[in-house]
Amino acid sequence: MPDQLIFAMEVVANGLMTGVMYALVALGFVLIYKASGIFNYAQGVMALFAAMTLVGIQEGRVPFAHLINATFGTEIHHLPWHSVPALLAIALTVLVMIGLAWFVQKVVFHHLVGQEPIILFMATIGLAYFLEGVADLMWGSEIRTLDIGLPQGINTIIDETTFNWFGYGFFIDNLDIVAAIVAAVLVAGLVAFAQYTKQGRAMRAVADDHQAALSVGISLNFVWILVWSLAGFVALVAGTMWGAKSGVQFSLSLIALKALPVLMLGGFTSIPGAIVGGLIIGVGEALFEFIVSSNDIFGAVFGFTLNATENWFAYVLALIFLVFRPQGLFGEKIIERV
Amino acid sequence: MTMMQYEPYETPDGRTIGNTLMEMKNITLRFGGVVAIQDISFDIREGEIRAIIGPNGAGKSSMLNVISGFYNPQEGDVWFRGTKRPPMRPYLVARQGIARTFQNIALFDGMSVLDNIMTGRLNHMKTGFLGQAIWWGKAEKEETLNREKAEEIIDFLEIQSIRKTPVGRLPYGLKKRVELARALVAEPELLLLDEPMAGMNVEEKEDMSRFILDVNDEYGTTIALIEHDMGVVMDLSDRVVVMDYGKKIGDGTPDEVRNNQEVIDAYLGVAHD
Ligand SMILES: Nc1ncnc2c1ncn2[C@@H]1O[C@H](COP(=O)(O)OP(=O)(O)O)[C@@H](O)[C@H]1O
Ligand SMILES: [Mg+2]
Repeated sequence: MPDQLIFAMEVVANGLMTGVMYALVALGFVLIYKASGIFNYAQGVMALFAAMTLVGIQEGRVPFAHLINATFGTEIHHLPWHSVPALLAIALTVLVMIGLAWFVQKVVFHHLVGQEPIILFMATIGLAYFLEGVADLMWGSEIRTLDIGLPQGINTIIDETTFNWFGYGFFIDNLDIVAAIVAAVLVAGLVAFAQYTKQGRAMRAVADDHQAALSVGISLNFVWILVWSLAGFVALVAGTMWGAKSGVQFSLSLIALKALPVLMLGGFTSIPGAIVGGLIIGVGEALFEFIVSSNDIFGAVFGFTLNATENWFAYVLALIFLVFRPQGLFGEKIIERV
Repeated sequence: MTMMQYEPYETPDGRTIGNTLMEMKNITLRFGGVVAIQDISFDIREGEIRAIIGPNGAGKSSMLNVISGFYNPQEGDVWFRGTKRPPMRPYLVARQGIARTFQNIALFDGMSVLDNIMTGRLNHMKTGFLGQAIWWGKAEKEETLNREKAEEIIDFLEIQSIRKTPVGRLPYGLKKRVELARALVAEPELLLLDEPMAGMNVEEKEDMSRFILDVNDEYGTTIALIEHDMGVVMDLSDRVVVMDYGKKIGDGTPDEVRNNQEVIDAYLGVAHD
């Protein structure tokens, strides 16, 4: 088998893993958009906030320590314990995200019921900056490493197996494999929740028709807090995986920028769309990068090279899809009634 | 203040009409300058079929929306089961045992007929999210019970053949029937129907009339319905409220309102459809 093809296979495998992460972020958007028609610009910041909170709790930091010290002249930074078990820290962070969901619904969107989508969207922009500020104030802005005991480094089994097959060992990070498994479990869990539980059915009903949902006794407020909580949980998972990979820092909120092309591709209301869209973007991006960086292919054909493709290629790919399917891969066909 | 008191009586066809279930007292509802309901009072008795009629724009749907909590009147009180009801959100009204259908049909278009009907059972599901995870057996039993109730209503309304069809694909008349099924499966004490026969052909109207009578007879459900077709109303209802331009211009048995001069005048000025 030609070397280039073998390399490309490795690239595709890695692209799939990255795609899973994109899909995770996109999933958070879809949940909120389906149930409330709100395009949540703050989804990326929520992932950042969740990851920072997780690290902060795990390291036993005092929230708002800078603020407290500046106000009272104290010198506190840590609680008496310096490390909280990962599972407990995760559970506490989940509670914080539920609290955030409650806050967002009660304080912001409760007062904006029935407003134009653009107003709701603007509110989420405000929320994003507010949340970023709160995250900074609460936990400080230093880069942190997030270690909840996930395996990291090259997966030796895959390395050896592929070496035996192709004479070339694939480099697949254990963390990516874990992320893919966690994402798969999360999606399966969400689907089961929506399909079989009382709250999940209420969620689907609200996503379909508010009036009808009210008439069968469903509280819209409750469902909206629920979907923001779920989106917060998804953000926590995405933030944890991403944070474990590249450190918890403010640029983490930029993963939202990766979710946008995924949504354009998969449709804003489709959970399978978010997943398949994420995978296509992940693989497409990785393959394109691989092709243009192998000068002997791209350079030979076009006579020049491209840089920083990861910043823009996803959008180009999404736009190309949009031309052929404006409603996205799985989105419902938009038919204007006249 | 309390609600009107009545002695129960038996109708010629053997149904029992009881005491007051719901009473509207001096309800006024305004939208900006438009007075949709002006100082209207009437009551609904247990087990009766109560009709609200009147020309287009008379305020009938608004009245149903006040009862179901979708609109909050500026003035007046709503009494239900002997107590005055504070301003209440529609989902809480639904949980009190008041189910409804809409003039413009509000179904979950993305779901099948069966799933739509099952949403009507949500209030009967006691086991919550965690409970469902922990007491799997109990949740399963509950689910079975809810399924049985849904199937019973499906049989009752003769929609077995479309159980699995997405409601978005159904013709208008069947959608109306599915909406009725969803309301009925909640086992409501009071059922509100906003123009259940609008846009139907004669045959469909006859079917729907029969279903409404059967629901009232077999389940003892109290029904308040809005209808345009005078003939249908006169056949179905025990008592009729007549509205015109937001005011009540008649209230009584079908025979009484038929001979009411004000009602006759209001209806003469209206083109029937
Ligand atoms: N949500 C609303 N906002 C503004 N005006 C309304 C609203 N609902 C009803 N109205 C007005 O109230 C009046 C009565 O309407 P409606 O109750 O729908 O009448 P009906 O059902 O008897 O045809 C109409 O003038 C209508 O325009
Ligand atoms: Mg109406």
